[in-house]
Amino acid sequence: MKKVFMPLLVIGILCLIPYVGVQYAGLGYLFAVIIPCVSLVILIAGVAWRIVNWLIRPVPFRIPTTCGQEKSLDWIRHDKLESPSYFWQAAARVLGEVLLFRSLFRNTKAELYAGPKLAYGSTKWLWLGGMVFHWSLLIIVLRHSKFFFSTVPPFADFLDNADRFFDITLPAFYMTDALVLAAISFLVVRRLRDMKLRLISLPTDFFPLFLILAIALAGMSMRYVTKINVLPVHDQILTLMDHSFVLSGEIGVIFYVHLFLVCVLAIYFPFSKLMHAGGIFLSPTRNLCNNSREKRHSNSWNPDIKFKSYAEYEDAYREKMKKAGLPVEKE
Amino acid sequence: MSKYVPKLSELKQEFEKKKPVLLKEDYSGKEWRDLPVEFRDGNWCFPGKPEVLEDLGFPNPRKWAATDADWQLPDGWEKTIRDGLKSRLKRFRSFKLFLDTCVRCGACADKCHFFLGTGDPKNMPVLRAELIRSVYRNDFPLAEKILKGFSGSRKLTAEVIKEWHLYFNQCTECRRCSVFCPMGIDTAEITMMARELLNLIGVNNNWILAPVSNCNRTGNHLGIEPHTFVQNIESLVEDIEDLTGIKVNPTFNRKGAEILFITPSGDVFGDPGVYTMMGYLLLFHHIGLDYTISTYASEGGNFGMFTSNEMMKKLNAKMYHEAKRLGVKWILGGECGHMWRVVHQYMDTMNGPADFLEEPVSPITGTRFSNAASTKMVHIAEFTADLIYHNKLKLDPKRNDHLLTTFHDSCNVARGMGMFEEPRYVLRSVCNSFHEMAENTIREQTFCCGSGSGLNAEEFMDIRMRGGFPRASAVRQVQETHKVNTLVTICAIDRASLPTLMTYWNPGVSVYGLHELVGNALVMKGEKKRTEDLRESPMTGLGEGEE
Repeated sequence: MKKVFMPLLVIGILCLIPYVGVQYAGLGYLFAVIIPCVSLVILIAGVAWRIVNWLIRPVPFRIPTTCGQEKSLDWIRHDKLESPSYFWQAAARVLGEVLLFRSLFRNTKAELYAGPKLAYGSTKWLWLGGMVFHWSLLIIVLRHSKFFFSTVPPFADFLDNADRFFDITLPAFYMTDALVLAAISFLVVRRLRDMKLRLISLPTDFFPLFLILAIALAGMSMRYVTKINVLPVHDQILTLMDHSFVLSGEIGVIFYVHLFLVCVLAIYFPFSKLMHAGGIFLSPTRNLCNNSREKRHSNSWNPDIKFKSYAEYEDAYREKMKKAGLPVEKE
Repeated sequence: MSKYVPKLSELKQEFEKKKPVLLKEDYSGKEWRDLPVEFRDGNWCFPGKPEVLEDLGFPNPRKWAATDADWQLPDGWEKTIRDGLKSRLKRFRSFKLFLDTCVRCGACADKCHFFLGTGDPKNMPVLRAELIRSVYRNDFPLAEKILKGFSGSRKLTAEVIKEWHLYFNQCTECRRCSVFCPMGIDTAEITMMARELLNLIGVNNNWILAPVSNCNRTGNHLGIEPHTFVQNIESLVEDIEDLTGIKVNPTFNRKGAEILFITPSGDVFGDPGVYTMMGYLLLFHHIGLDYTISTYASEGGNFGMFTSNEMMKKLNAKMYHEAKRLGVKWILGGECGHMWRVVHQYMDTMNGPADFLEEPVSPITGTRFSNAASTKMVHIAEFTADLIYHNKLKLDPKRNDHLLTTFHDSCNVARGMGMFEEPRYVLRSVCNSFHEMAENTIREQTFCCGSGSGLNAEEFMDIRMRGGFPRASAVRQVQETHKVNTLVTICAIDRASLPTLMTYWNPGVSVYGLHELVGNALVMKGEKKRTEDLRESPMTGLGEGEE
């Protein structure tokens, strides 16, 4: 399974780079300041470039996939979400995709039985795994914002407390940590176990999963295993935010690994399938209204096409038309 | 049965080996790009004839077959494909997005009827798209270029073209995968682009291009010239008179009619479409509609859609052109699938604005079809549902008691238009026995007949019967549980292809158009005693209670 081991190997090398760089080459400044700043710029500029690059391309036709009844006769119930007629209905549909993965919620599993007969079972595992994965990541990212302010913002504080609901270990265990590990394991295992998925998977499907896994493991080991002092980390980030690039205090090397992998993710993001995060908002089968018979939609490059006119048609068939008693324009 | 399809028992055996998984072989340790591309009897359509290509001005006319080793591609074909790809990426945000945003989650994998029927991994929608993505990645986004082997890219070769031809002609553009895709990726869009690209280098399908050429020349896919077109409908008028004693009186190319009626030419020429046509004629007579039929815009369907964007526009242009010439107020469209995808999602944009027409209003009920305010074209099921709702039709559903029905949603009307309730309302009003198929096989999750998008060719029978298997399996279930013997559709390609599918998988089930059942149930003023339906089968529901 080259396509699984190759990304794993790359992640291993990526982990070693900051380890060697900081521990042996004394490049703390490079890994703590320069690389994070550069990768942040690449992330922002790259994502902006990709989105603009999509936006400049025209949407010639209204092609929503209609998954519910269109707006038609007054007495027929219109499915406003699945066959939106107005902007806000389409917006709600897109938000349903972004926040709740509604299309994935529909997922079924087809199986073949004697007969032959096909049966379709509901299968929500991928939906559940995807939801847990993405929502955990979002919460984890948001609760990291406490490192970026000298006083913790209320929302981060709230998330932090909620996430530590099961206060049974010291330091208190975050639920999202466990959830994200479970979700990543599920997503990797299903790619390996199901032959269909094994066939469709590329190295670029495993790489981001392994990368996020490595980031999470490095972060967790800092918190639960080596229990490194977070204060220098906090100070380090705050001094960065103040634009004074000065290294303060001693920081464990595992932190550099964690940070470097995050930087790799940030750089990788705009140039990979991870851009689906932006693309999902633009998907023309979801974000367009199903009102193309009601309102004309124009196409900026509508080609000028010469078609066979009625006059040409009549010229070709006039005698036959007359014989058949059809009215003609010219005798 | 066709020589291009295995015996049912052979196919059943093959399926027996696959259950419950769907892949036809064990692919452990294999990569899809190493799997061979195999053309054999029954899995490819005959290519466009040279004279058809010349007539259309299409490139590279020649005699060839998919089984040839050398496809005689024109010089510089690689550049043509690359430039064509670039130009389409520039013009269609959809295409670019759908190539970029796939995460290969696999939700689409077992949603495709061709995958379910063949077990061929490259029929999983995600892999079908990867056939193009792998080339796109090799040629385009620069960052992925650095990561080549890593990102799964490959070179454009003649073998890749063969693979595209095989698999983009095993997609009926039915959009079922797009319902389940969390990114909303629509393989139909990708297939449409792929077929456009293949047409640029003369890799094509005669079953699509011959109708396109016919339609351009004579006004309809079947190539029926005006006098024959009229004769055909007149013979249907005679049949109606024999059966009901009523003489209906359609007019042709009549200026000043209120409504222009356009339906697929299959309804005029093909069995069982003609019975649906008889239903329309009876209905229009029943309500005294002021309508006319055109011999010039005599095709509702549009095989241009399966060829190229420009060809779709060219063939569709006749509808508005003729409506304007005849001075009608609006257009009424018959039962058809892809015709309605074109009319609903493309026509106004391509050939509008239709400012010479009026917002459609039903002359019988006064209902304003504001959902068609701009396009000015109304679907016959919407029109009839409105008539029935306002009690404007005298119907006797008992006349359809010999038909135990189920309803097949046509892909394009379902997922490219969103019309689910109107045909069901009409069907429930005109017959007494209606049972839905399993919920994962109807409405937005409906399965294609397996022969859509110009793949209804005889020589393609093997793949057609496999692709239609999910639909047939769902029909089989209602046939067993509810003794269903009638599969009702609102699509001309369904009417042409489902009878074969039923004969193969579910003998005993016949295929009907919705308005054929309407025609059966209509109680016409001054009719003679009805004992037979439009197919001259005896009506069994006419017992003692009959007036």
